[in-house]
Amino acid sequence: MSAGPPAQTDRDDASGDRSSGNESTATPVRYEEVSKRYPGADHDAVHRLSLEVPAGEICVLVGPSGCGKTTAMRMVNRTVEMTSGEIFIGDRSVRQGDAAELRREIGYVIQQIGLFPHRTIAENIGTVPSLLGWKQAEIEQRVEKLLELIGLDPEFGDRYPSQLSGGQQQRVGVARALAVDPPVMLMDEPFGAIDPINRSRLQNEFLRLQAELGKTVLFVTHDVDEAIKMGDRIAVLRKGGEVAQFATPTELLMEPADDFVEDFVGADRALKRLALMRVKDASLWKAPICLAGDPTGPVRSDLAGAEVPHALLVDSGRRPLGWLSERDLAAPQVPSRPDTPADPLIDADSILRDGLATLLQSGSQYAPVVDGNGRLGGVLSVEIVADFLSSGEAAESELAAVDRPHE
Amino acid sequence: MSDPLAGPGWLLGAAAPSDFFRDRSDGGCIQENKLFCPDWAIDNIDRYTDPTLQHLVLVFSAVAAGFLIAFGLAVLAHRHRALSSPFLAATGVLYTIPSIAFFFLLLPITGRGALTAIIALTAFTLQIIFRNITTGLRNVPPEVTEAARGVGLTPKQILWRVEIPLAMPEIIAGLRVATVSTVALATLAVFANGGGLGAEIVSGSNITFKTGIIIAGSIAILMAITFDALLLLTGRLLAPWKRVEA
Amino acid sequence: MIPTPVAALGLFGEAFQFVFQGQEAATGGVTVGGTGQVLDLAGKQLEVTLLALAVSIVLALPVGVFLGHHGKGEFVAVSAGNAGRAIPELALIALMAAAVGVGLFNLVVALAILGIPPILTNAFVGIRQVDRVSVEAARGMGMTDGEIIRKVELPLAVPTIMGGVRTSAINIIATATIAPLAGILTLGDFIISRNVYGDAGVLAGAILVALMALALELTLAGVQWKLTSPGLRIRRAE
Repeated sequence: MSAGPPAQTDRDDASGDRSSGNESTATPVRYEEVSKRYPGADHDAVHRLSLEVPAGEICVLVGPSGCGKTTAMRMVNRTVEMTSGEIFIGDRSVRQGDAAELRREIGYVIQQIGLFPHRTIAENIGTVPSLLGWKQAEIEQRVEKLLELIGLDPEFGDRYPSQLSGGQQQRVGVARALAVDPPVMLMDEPFGAIDPINRSRLQNEFLRLQAELGKTVLFVTHDVDEAIKMGDRIAVLRKGGEVAQFATPTELLMEPADDFVEDFVGADRALKRLALMRVKDASLWKAPICLAGDPTGPVRSDLAGAEVPHALLVDSGRRPLGWLSERDLAAPQVPSRPDTPADPLIDADSILRDGLATLLQSGSQYAPVVDGNGRLGGVLSVEIVADFLSSGEAAESELAAVDRPHE
Repeated sequence: MSDPLAGPGWLLGAAAPSDFFRDRSDGGCIQENKLFCPDWAIDNIDRYTDPTLQHLVLVFSAVAAGFLIAFGLAVLAHRHRALSSPFLAATGVLYTIPSIAFFFLLLPITGRGALTAIIALTAFTLQIIFRNITTGLRNVPPEVTEAARGVGLTPKQILWRVEIPLAMPEIIAGLRVATVSTVALATLAVFANGGGLGAEIVSGSNITFKTGIIIAGSIAILMAITFDALLLLTGRLLAPWKRVEA
Repeated sequence: MIPTPVAALGLFGEAFQFVFQGQEAATGGVTVGGTGQVLDLAGKQLEVTLLALAVSIVLALPVGVFLGHHGKGEFVAVSAGNAGRAIPELALIALMAAAVGVGLFNLVVALAILGIPPILTNAFVGIRQVDRVSVEAARGMGMTDGEIIRKVELPLAVPTIMGGVRTSAINIIATATIAPLAGILTLGDFIISRNVYGDAGVLAGAILVALMALALELTLAGVQWKLTSPGLRIRRAE
């Protein structure tokens, strides 16, 4: 790898720090022969479903509409009551005890978000703590921490949902579900109503959060791409709530269990592998960099033989400011405002597929890759992606990369 | 009926018609003032013809005038959004003032009579109708008006050919509420000397005559139901694509 | 006797004088009107109105909320509102007085019959119209039925429910004006007993009743504003 080392934030350290103190330990969720038949129906919506979601993993339930995935998920918090079978959270059957009490211990995020329009953001997030009778001061403290966790300014606490954008509302929905630090979270198409660009951003954010929190998550979606991106494990369901395949994303893409799964996953399985790798883990290229005011001579000589045939202007914090044109280089000194802006910038944490999409949409050949602080980590080009797909490295690095996003 | 001040018989100073208690061999039902005396009702049903017609005139005039005015206001408010709030407030005041008080606020201006009653009842209906028309117009999907503009209709044509027809269910719903309420309220017109079925409840010599109250009240209720059904039917004819809801 | 500026106002001037000074009864002898009697009758009208409104709320609100929460009885709840409008106020008061008897209790019952339907219908509709997503989220987070009603449905239904209460209050205070027919003397006595109070008394009564109804409506609008979450007002503004 000749590119500069991508600024890799060490996620393991971060998760170690925060989860040690006050995050609860995750708990496995186990379905045993669970069936659901709705009144008046002549088929089971879910038929003898058995599934084990290991503690701390994201398990995606995916399938065509009517496959019973939402029903299967909702039986965990008994917003749908199962007809037969058992679901265990840890060793405890969800059927024991009061449904309302059970639900307070399970985080719940739905597609339409369902923030209460008459309550402030802080009150929304504090809903379950207040149901559980926490003291006001404790609730306030918790709300503040959660707002920070989802990256919203504390002043948002006093606003009302109607004053927030869709993406912000969805973040609050996640914070509300995390309020009492439940070991298990249910997410029902949580990003389904968000536009594609924000959707990808929210997905990345949630994966980042999950890396810290390590919840056991049941995640329902109809979108295979989202399943591959989000899931540690994916359960592909077919009509009647039967599991067609329960596997890691890599296994699902490499070895679909049958025609149904192959069909559902789609003909572009190879391309979907791009979802298994983060941009920062790809072999990024290196561009000559310079600061404003540098003499142009050395920059021109750097360009000879560089992977990227354009020089990138950065600031003192290595944040990209723009590409230098021939005209810029003709001057004796590097100008502070180059002809070509640095856009688009690609988030190092995003998956390769999204990075490629950004690149293609912008119509540019190269795009700087930056970390969470905006620091340059390398340059992404279409050739990098093509090499990745054709080199056979795809298959190998997939296997290596698959679990990495969620560690 | 000894002391005129003892009972509300003095109400309008009207003398009892001499044939009011026509003696029938009805087992003394009338004398005992039982809840309902069918024989008397059958014998005297024709005395309700005029009050019923007067009542119809009151209701029809008030709702028709109310509709015309409210419609004009609503179209204006639709064109100039800023007018919506003041119109709503003004019609709200008229709606809030009890009709019976309204009758007599008009006393120095229009005196007593059916006109006074009609003005007060009209004032009452304005807000109900105005509110429904504006809601109906506002609920027309923007893509529909956009499409109408796209095919070259003028704003006036859009209003009459697209927006008003689509708002018809709400307009009819407003008319139903206004009409039914006005039928009930118009019984009070008697206090303004406006006639109507109320005259058969409080005029005459005795407000405690139960059979009379029941007959007059029942006619009013029947009239309300009939108007309601007729409007419902009209709504279905004018907006066949949608069931008119209450 | 009448000061000139007041006389210039004609009947309005006389009505003004009737309220503040009183005048001799048209039937002779006693003085009628004046602040004493006005306050007496106004107090009675307010008392009767608030009593009947309270009874209507206590009886109709829980039923409407219960039916709305469970999504049952839509026909009953909506028909009640339609039927309530068709009841001729005058016939109701007269029949109640004639068939059941005069007195405060019977009057309040009659007024509550007029007050209940709008509250019942609007409570039902208001609760029913609450966004199902909010309710689903509340249930999914572990709220009991009671908590869902108290913390989610009622606060969100405030504008609709208060709309019903306001309609109801207007019906009741208007009908309380003819309460003298049922033996309870309210401000309506000035209007109905023209032979005693004269045209000045009638006009004074009409003005007082109108002002009182407007004051009640404004008060209830204020109550509604106070009870409505700012979060809903912001949404409306947009």
